Amino acid sequence: MNFAVDVRNLTKHYGDINAVDHISFTVNHGEIFGFLGPNGAGKTTTIRILTGIIKPDEGTATIMGYNIEKEPLKTKQIMGIVPEMSNAYIDLSAWNNLMLIGELYGVPKRQRIERAEKLLKQFDLYDRRDQLVRGFSKGMKQRLILCMALINEPAILFLDEPTSGLDVESGRLIKDMIRELNRNGTTVFLTTHNMEEANQLCNRVAIINHGRIAAIDSPEKLRLKSSGLQSIEVSFNQPVNTDELTKIPCIKQVKKMGDKIKLYVDEPNEAINCLIEHARSHNLKVITLNTLAPSLEEVFIKLTRKENLKGD
Amino acid sequence: MLSIVTLLEQLKRSFAIAKKDVRIYYSKGPVVVFGLIFPLFLFLAFTIGRNIPAKELFPGLIGMAVFFTSTSVGPAILPWETRSKTLERLVCSPVAVWAIFLGDVFASFIFGLLISLVPLIVVLVIGVEVMDFLVLGLGIILATLCFASLSVLLSVYPPTDIPATVMMLSSLVKFPLVFISGIFVSVEEMPEWGRIIASVSPLTYFTDLARYTIKGTSYYSVPLDLAVLALATILFLVVSIKLHERVLPKRLS
Repeated sequence: MNFAVDVRNLTKHYGDINAVDHISFTVNHGEIFGFLGPNGAGKTTTIRILTGIIKPDEGTATIMGYNIEKEPLKTKQIMGIVPEMSNAYIDLSAWNNLMLIGELYGVPKRQRIERAEKLLKQFDLYDRRDQLVRGFSKGMKQRLILCMALINEPAILFLDEPTSGLDVESGRLIKDMIRELNRNGTTVFLTTHNMEEANQLCNRVAIINHGRIAAIDSPEKLRLKSSGLQSIEVSFNQPVNTDELTKIPCIKQVKKMGDKIKLYVDEPNEAINCLIEHARSHNLKVITLNTLAPSLEEVFIKLTRKENLKGD
Repeated sequence: MLSIVTLLEQLKRSFAIAKKDVRIYYSKGPVVVFGLIFPLFLFLAFTIGRNIPAKELFPGLIGMAVFFTSTSVGPAILPWETRSKTLERLVCSPVAVWAIFLGDVFASFIFGLLISLVPLIVVLVIGVEVMDFLVLGLGIILATLCFASLSVLLSVYPPTDIPATVMMLSSLVKFPLVFISGIFVSVEEMPEWGRIIASVSPLTYFTDLARYTIKGTSYYSVPLDLAVLALATILFLVVSIKLHERVLPKRLS
């Protein structure tokens, strides 16, 4: 078993639309892997294939060594799933939801009860355990869904937009829990829109757009590798004409940001030399100068835009 | 091929699904209306003002009770689960598709069996004598399982998430069956064409069986009645699971 998730050539069409278009990637054991993309990019379709809800038209998905199509029961047995929309039974209590899921995963009764108590306490739902889920807030429902996903102590946890639309407290609780689970060896596969969340949580991320993978790497490497998105933030002792700065050969784009100027460059070292030269020749004094890597959001926008242009 | 251990494990999970169905769906409006209120009023409409002895009424009463109660839960479950996305939760859990639907059949079966005991107890209390309890008991169990399987079959098409649509369409099948199955008129009293039509309904064989247990005579032989109910159960069960497996991707897409 080399990878926790091994996806090869996975494809899913809905009529003429390629929801997922021949994607391949792997997720290592013990990794938090983020799947980023705009709406309709193919994130949810991919996670639905990986969790056995829908079948692919082409390609294979192997989870912890089991092919999801050929051995669905064994594969599902070792997974925990947190879907995009809460799917707890609203006419059952939180406790009965947990007992049901425990039974569906064949968890023995005593363990089921022990784990349910522990999880409900961890997620601050124990006092509400006998109440119907119908009366729960979105955050409470999402915390319950996470409890339900963990009742079988899964080796791999799939989360589809786990903190989307949640209050700050619930979002933070869920992120902390993801980190803790990962520390204890659980592999985590999550989709998210939230770049900051991916940046904070993920060891590696894949950016998907129009059903195709645009890039896969660690958030840090993706930021550093993105040519044209490296930038220098500089301020001078007196106002400068930004048009003059655009004429410097190493600088690709200039943005005025308050009393500072942000310069987008390919090679920060070279650009700093050119900038110092320019300051000297124009009698300017550099007050502050910082090199900035792009945010993951900037990388994401650049990559998805590039894909969009290709698509057009 | 499933091993015995896996099969037993899956059956346990089916019962877990049935338990969940019992908790959620028995009190749903359409189940109460189509499973309890409607057959009760249909029966009252047939009997009030007519001086029919309880012994004569029993086969029709127990036939309607078994048929309506065991077919009332099945069609309601799937659209509700599709709408609330809980079907997705079941599908992504380690439970085979056949085990999910078998759980729904069990839930319909238990509802049908429990409610059918009420008219049975009532007629026994008012002094109707049952000549063969064993055959009646076996008949009620087989018929309830048969109609519970039929009810899950009735929820295959259309793959909608609107419970009312499925309940309405299933009623289109259920009501004609009541009128052709010897509930109100015994098979012996039907014209030749009526008997031919009645012979295609599994409910006919149950009412025939119920008549036998009260009167000691029946149109078909008792083994034939039981065999047809058993075969219909297997047929409905297999066909409903196969069709649900085929339609499931549409329901989930």
